[in-house]
Amino acid sequence: MIALFARFGRGRTPVAPLEYTRRWWMRGWVGLVLLFLYLPLITLIAFSFNDSRRNIVWRGFTLDYYDKALNNTSLMEALLNSLTIAALATAVSVVLGSLAALWLWRFRFPFKAGAEGVMALPIVVPEICMGVAMLVFFARIGFPTDLVWPFNLGAITIAHITFCFPFVTMVVRSRLTSFNREEEEAAKDLGASEWQALRDVLIPHMMPGIVAGALLAFTLSLDDFVITFFTSGPNTITFPVKIYSMVRFSVTPEVNAASAMVIAITVILTTVALKLQSRSGISAQGH
Amino acid sequence: MAENPIIEIRNVCKRFGQVTAVDNVSLNIMPGEFFVLLGPSGCGKTTLLRMIAGFELPTEGQILIDGQDMARVPPNKRPVNMVFQSYAVFPHMSVADNVGYGLKIAGVGGAERESRVREALELVKLDGFGARKPNQLSGGQRQRVALARSLVMRPKVLLLDEPLSALDAKLRAQMQFELADLQDQVGITFITVTHDQDEALSMAGRIAVMNKGEVAQLASPSDLYEFPANRFVADFVGSVNLFEGKLTLDEPDRAAVDCPGLGKVYLNHGVTGPHGADVWVAIRPEKIQLHVPGEGKAIRGAAEDAPEGHNFARGTIKGMSYLGDITLFEIRLESGAMLRVSRPNMSRRDQEDFTWDDKVSMHWRADSPVVLLS
Repeated sequence: MIALFARFGRGRTPVAPLEYTRRWWMRGWVGLVLLFLYLPLITLIAFSFNDSRRNIVWRGFTLDYYDKALNNTSLMEALLNSLTIAALATAVSVVLGSLAALWLWRFRFPFKAGAEGVMALPIVVPEICMGVAMLVFFARIGFPTDLVWPFNLGAITIAHITFCFPFVTMVVRSRLTSFNREEEEAAKDLGASEWQALRDVLIPHMMPGIVAGALLAFTLSLDDFVITFFTSGPNTITFPVKIYSMVRFSVTPEVNAASAMVIAITVILTTVALKLQSRSGISAQGH
Repeated sequence: MAENPIIEIRNVCKRFGQVTAVDNVSLNIMPGEFFVLLGPSGCGKTTLLRMIAGFELPTEGQILIDGQDMARVPPNKRPVNMVFQSYAVFPHMSVADNVGYGLKIAGVGGAERESRVREALELVKLDGFGARKPNQLSGGQRQRVALARSLVMRPKVLLLDEPLSALDAKLRAQMQFELADLQDQVGITFITVTHDQDEALSMAGRIAVMNKGEVAQLASPSDLYEFPANRFVADFVGSVNLFEGKLTLDEPDRAAVDCPGLGKVYLNHGVTGPHGADVWVAIRPEKIQLHVPGEGKAIRGAAEDAPEGHNFARGTIKGMSYLGDITLFEIRLESGAMLRVSRPNMSRRDQEDFTWDDKVSMHWRADSPVVLLS
């Protein structure tokens, strides 16, 4: 018994102070965190294959509900609306947000701190307030509601841009603080105009921030419910709003299947974006 | 033949709000010169360089490059290029793209650009590094990229902002020679900003020492060191012993200063200062010789080329630092003042000649001290 214990003790190198991964309680903790984070998602995806209408007990594997979801025209319409809005809102937010970040970084002007605060306001204002404000605003200016697709998504897209672009601004702005201004001066010194220096030196440096900001904007827009709920009309149902209305009747595996597909889309898009970013070799860390 | 200066700085002032960074500076820099702006941090040397490059505009005065007023010429249109302190190599471009950037902007096409980039990289001994990314290079190599990137533009003047400050001591010493060599090779005017006097002395043709926005002295390296114009220059360039005194004798071929701290100082040349004026005597540590008391001529209290009782001092060694090639001594004089003396270690055991608390006597030649009026 003692011999066994001794052998056990000898075979183990002592745990160094920073080797957290070798402590059993630390591993357990990490495991618990991961479990709490991902169990709901895993359950959701698993039950999308469940061969049961009620979706409470496991009744066997089927892809029927994927088929059903894909053939559900109103659901697919909602998904298309959501993706369109997200793409438009992201594109505009990236441009607006990056410009705002450049403006805040580059220039000194009166009330700059105030301007930065106002810029962050859409992030901190409760969504429900934003939603109500948007509703009142669009009703007040008489924003047309009877346009053809995709112009009928205008109100929602504008609302999404309002809360998405400050996120882009924040991310790009923090990226800009690590920019070495001498690089821009060097470009100009070598003959580059203001615009050429921006294109060749500053934007490549901002790129990781722009990509991260775009990802944030896209996912925020895609899954936004509250603000969209207030700004959408009967013909402009988005995916989260549609899911919500479906869930009100019953949680069928069809909802799970649709949700799993959206998860897949976001994961794929994120992976592609990160891959593109690392391939373009923006390793601007070291100076 | 009177050559025209490549850069003329005429009464240039630069103020940032209340702060005057550059105060009425006028300089003429000649084509092909290796010119150094030397000064402590905050003396305005970098501001002056940035005004030549066009990144700052003078509050007053004019800057002319090759006879042309630069007041309305933006940095990207000036015939000068700059090597930045941080090198500012573009991290997302390969070495070749970095070096070729200026040519690309200027519209120099494929084959010519390629060959000029290759030439420039050869010039800075980076041939074969074209495909690398800056993060695969050492600091010294990145600096060479920055150099090549500027030289490839064939500027009339190359501006270098603290080019060697980020390199380690060995590499710095090597680069000092290489930069001087390079300048010789390409024949371009170099203007370098530095706070490092060794760097300035070793590379420069002429040095402008700046202090508080003004040029304190403009001279060749040896003149700057041996004939400083004022206390600031004497103290900033090299190490010096400064003593206040009164001018007691001033004739064309000799002068004497009575320093309460050091004793009677005799010079074998005139100083043309007002008689009885308050002056300062500066003596470099290496120009003072150390003796064991009672040894040789020093015992009689006079150096060979000075009258009895002049250019001579006694003291006690209070500090010593052995630096290998020389040993530095801090000596307390009988007056209580401290004197710094350096002594070359010409043989292996020289540093053992003296030790702490030894009584020593010192003398210096009559042409060693410099009398400063300001």
